Amino acid sequence: MSKYKTIIGLELHCQLITNSKVFSPSRNEYCEVPNTNVNEIDMSFPGIMPYLNKEAVKKALKMSMVLGCTQPDELVFDRKNYFYPDLPKGYQITQVTKPVGINGHVELISNGKTFTAEIHDIHLEEDTASLDHYDFFSLIDYNRAGVPLIEIVTTPCFEGPEEVVEFLEYLTNSLKYCGISEADMKKGQIRCDVNVNLKNEEGKYVTPKVEIKNINSFGNVANAIKYETYRQTKALEEGLTDELCQETRRYDETTNTTIRMRKKEGSIDYKYFVEPNIPRIKIEPAWLDEIKNEIPSLPNERLKTYMEKYGLSEYDGKILVRNKDISDYFNKCLFLGINPKTASNWISTEIMSIINKESINIKDLFLTPERLFQIVKAIESNTISSKQAKELFVLTLKEQEEPNALIEKYGMKQLDNDDELETIIKTILDNNAPQIEAYWNGKTNMFDYFVGQTMKETRGKANPVKAKEIIARELNARK
Amino acid sequence: MIEELKNKNSEELVKESIRKAKETNIEINSFVTIIDNPEHTDNKESILNGIPYAVKDLFSTKDILTTGSSNILANYIPFYDATVIKRLKDAGAILIGKTVCDEFGLGGTGTTGHTGIVKNPWDTARGAGGSSSGSATSVALGIVPFSLGTDTGDSVRKPASFCGVVGYKPTYGLIPRYGVLPFASSLDHVGLFTTCVKDAAIVTDVIKGFDGKDMTSLKNTENLTSGLDGIISDKKLFYIKELTNIEYYENPSEDLIDTLNLFKENLNKIKELGVEIYEESLDEKIIDALGPAYTIISCAEATSNLSMYTGINYGHRGVGNNIKDMIKDHRTKGFSSLIKRRLVIGSYVLEEKNQERYYLNACRVRHLVIDKMNEFLSKYDALIMPASLKAPLLESANDVITESTKDVASTLLIGNFGGYPSITIPSGFVSKMPVGINLTGQIKEDKDLLNIAYGIEQKLGYAGQTVGGKHE
Repeated sequence: MSKYKTIIGLELHCQLITNSKVFSPSRNEYCEVPNTNVNEIDMSFPGIMPYLNKEAVKKALKMSMVLGCTQPDELVFDRKNYFYPDLPKGYQITQVTKPVGINGHVELISNGKTFTAEIHDIHLEEDTASLDHYDFFSLIDYNRAGVPLIEIVTTPCFEGPEEVVEFLEYLTNSLKYCGISEADMKKGQIRCDVNVNLKNEEGKYVTPKVEIKNINSFGNVANAIKYETYRQTKALEEGLTDELCQETRRYDETTNTTIRMRKKEGSIDYKYFVEPNIPRIKIEPAWLDEIKNEIPSLPNERLKTYMEKYGLSEYDGKILVRNKDISDYFNKCLFLGINPKTASNWISTEIMSIINKESINIKDLFLTPERLFQIVKAIESNTISSKQAKELFVLTLKEQEEPNALIEKYGMKQLDNDDELETIIKTILDNNAPQIEAYWNGKTNMFDYFVGQTMKETRGKANPVKAKEIIARELNARK
Repeated sequence: MIEELKNKNSEELVKESIRKAKETNIEINSFVTIIDNPEHTDNKESILNGIPYAVKDLFSTKDILTTGSSNILANYIPFYDATVIKRLKDAGAILIGKTVCDEFGLGGTGTTGHTGIVKNPWDTARGAGGSSSGSATSVALGIVPFSLGTDTGDSVRKPASFCGVVGYKPTYGLIPRYGVLPFASSLDHVGLFTTCVKDAAIVTDVIKGFDGKDMTSLKNTENLTSGLDGIISDKKLFYIKELTNIEYYENPSEDLIDTLNLFKENLNKIKELGVEIYEESLDEKIIDALGPAYTIISCAEATSNLSMYTGINYGHRGVGNNIKDMIKDHRTKGFSSLIKRRLVIGSYVLEEKNQERYYLNACRVRHLVIDKMNEFLSKYDALIMPASLKAPLLESANDVITESTKDVASTLLIGNFGGYPSITIPSGFVSKMPVGINLTGQIKEDKDLLNIAYGIEQKLGYAGQTVGGKHE
């Protein structure tokens, strides 16, 4: 296997979040009921014309910036002509002449190693209708026809499934960070075609490019690449030339293999030409600046800060940056003055488990960074123990009250007054003479029994360090 | 003329209009559909309230058959109105019929519509021209005071000349195209027929202006009617000598000689108004390239625009074992052979291997022509040229694209290349058949161009001309 290097390029389609479709006023909304978000334009009745959605352009340009691309000086659209039942106009409006972005690159980290994802181009286009195939007929749903799409095409720049998955994670996170796409693979909001072939040690391609379609999760992207690497390597080493041709394959989840769909025998001539119904539109630099200013700090930048400035591990950092709202929550915690590691621990354990269990957004969690800060402060000032803190966390969510008020309400203040503790402990020891005797006879675990009794008596409020000190002292006094 | 109709009983006007439409349709074949009980939205504010009109069967009309004069849409009834139809409806104008055209507007003879040939009402042995054939004849016959057509190469301005009426194609984008069945979108214009320049201004004022469904439509357009005073003594016009001087033609026909003589006579009359008219030269290589460049660009765009006719969500479902065969069957049966020729040409010139040589070179010619025209229009107010020879006999009218011969009216194409406003007005007769002159002005200077046409119209005296007498 090590003789060859797997080279991977990606073609990704992402649906944009907009109110209406890219060239028509129909609603752009995922809808289960077929043909509801549809008008004459989406179904291409004679005489229709496209009207460009500015919000879609804005989001496409924003993604172009996120991916470090160069933006054009004007908007130009082109027609891609071909017949297919999911394409009611007989052509798709897309961008070839001047895409919204070209020549982009993003620096990413995978397993401690930095690599660069190179973007060939990113263009704005319209989605097709969706087809439902049955045994003897097919149905067409035009809800998806005209939904704004960006297509992102990378160069063959990835050298293994880990880099690809890292890029895909980054991409979906960024799309969500910027509110560009919901990027839900299950809803088809992000779709991924993967090109795979092998290079030898001299950097020469030794197998033809294979395109793999219909992959529905990042895990399967990695599986498909691994299988394809195995298949191409085997075919190459065993001289199975029939197996090696430029072709389109699909990933089959049940067998975890790829299956041939069609050989590529000369590419289709799409007869591209400039769309005449959309005039060229100048892109004002001021508008680009405005869009740029709306871009939040991105996951890779945040990860770098978390690791370099706050000393978090790559693992912990990635948990935080995977979702912008979580990362924002973390940033707010830091702003309030919570120690980064403390905040990271709270978020990646207690908070993540709650938001996953109840599937809510961290933004909607009653326990805001401010409230978490109250809890953290109470621990740091020895007002409550860390055990009490976890109870307080649950109580805060359950009763929807301020943690400070709950400390008062339930008398959760840690008992560390020496006199009070001494009185309580003395009473316990007085009532447990046989246990004391047992202790001195060698049953040292009786010490924990006394601590437990103290905790029980104080309902967990006793400062454990102090309680232990007093118990030891009092036991010695009763030797 | 429309202003005079204002005082007439609208119901009677419409009734009379429908009666004439039916009476003449047997011989002339202006209409695909004549509407028996036309809809009227009363609008007392509007000058077009209660006025009957006709439109080319390329305009989408809600609940009314819209065929594009093609078998492929023989039974198609739209569920939405084109923007201009909506505007006319709101203005209280009354649509009485859909007119025959060359199939989808791809022709210039009026002989290729699926319901038959449109004959010239001045002489039924001759053609009406096209592609907006029935729209031209319905005005020439006095059935309606105005009608709408479309103009991609000369499809309003040529039939207007053949039929002796006014044909006006405004600046590209002045009238929105939403809902108009396309031919070649970068060249397509909505245009109109009237019997006088003032009516053209009046109708355009109602239907022009920005449309949120057509990105190419213009914002902030001027009122045209208010600019008509006929004072044009300070205007400068020019004509192209290579097309108007007989010595540039080999074996000129008698028709051509007569047409050019009439043109020169008219120029002299116009000069009497104080208008200065100059002779200019246009490289014959450019003149020769106009037709081929037009054919290439228009066929290329048509190939794409007509791809939507697949029989999947409207039209007859094609027969076949798979979807490709069904689409093929639908298109093979639905399109006439003339259309297929053009679609094949369009497909060929767009193919990756041919695109540079044909399509992109044609686009370069287009820009070269626009640059030259803009240079002229920086010195002059408008180009004045013969709009056509007299209408040809039907047996010689065909729409097969062949090697082009020199055409006196080939400059009409310049109007579409650059989106210039361009108007044909009647200018007399050549052996008893009407012909027109054409004026083409600078982009968005429609107001100025119409006033020049208005001034010339008053001098030449053909305002209100219809077959068999002036419009009543």
